[in-house]
Amino acid sequence: MLAVLSVLFSGLIFGIGLSLAGMLDPTKVTSFLNILGKWDPSLGFVMLGGIIVTTFGYFFIFKRGKPLFEKDFDLPKKQKIDKSLIIGSALFGIGWGLAGLCPGPVIASLAFDPFGMFLFLLVMVIGLKFGNVINKLL
Amino acid sequence: MSINWTDFTPMLSSLGGILIGFAALILMLAKGRIMGMSGILSGLLIPNSSTEFLWRSVFVAGVIAGPAILINFDLINIASTPVASGLLLYVAAFCVGIGTAIGRGCTSGHGICGLSRLSARSLCAVLTFVISGIITVSILRHVL
Repeated sequence: MLAVLSVLFSGLIFGIGLSLAGMLDPTKVTSFLNILGKWDPSLGFVMLGGIIVTTFGYFFIFKRGKPLFEKDFDLPKKQKIDKSLIIGSALFGIGWGLAGLCPGPVIASLAFDPFGMFLFLLVMVIGLKFGNVINKLL
Repeated sequence: MSINWTDFTPMLSSLGGILIGFAALILMLAKGRIMGMSGILSGLLIPNSSTEFLWRSVFVAGVIAGPAILINFDLINIASTPVASGLLLYVAAFCVGIGTAIGRGCTSGHGICGLSRLSARSLCAVLTFVISGIITVSILRHVL
């Protein structure tokens, strides 16, 4: 129960953070990527704020040795920088630049634009499924 | 290049980022998991056990409830102006989906959690998607 509540709380804080940060506004997101035009550096501050807190926090959490409600940390095992990492991230960047939306904000935006975002989410999920199939083949 | 001072929100964006960081810490401390939205969604589509399904759906519910609470209690005005429509919007959606699946992460997983774990893979991913995003926006706004 406490585990589920913690996860809910984490999701809530993430959703609120994305909202305050301006990440739910595709115009603001693309203004950050528009370095050749009128550049809005705000999203750099989102990343910086997030990374500072998380780097320090992770250090102490990992030092604990294990999470509160699981036997072990479940961290990505891959270390190698491979072609799929670069190709996948490049494709993601194209979609991010085209629509100004990445997965977190898509989910959070369901709060105020359920219909429009649901269609976007649906196509995004089809893409995710497709990608997972490709991952199995590689 | 010039700075868009009118839309620049350093305080709010930093605060939002700090909250996103705390969210990532809570998930790691409680469940030992990376807070990556694309990964959490992916796992929701292929649940291997009911507990996996439960925490992922609860997290997603929380992410929707966060802004819903802000809007309901009129705490902040969430601006959201679309930049794409029609076919382009869905091409973008597909690219985001397939790209984060193949690249194994998005802005939250690689950008916040991965960089904070000092992962070289995540650094590569972030540099790649930011540069690719910049190129995409530059072509849309300054070439076409």
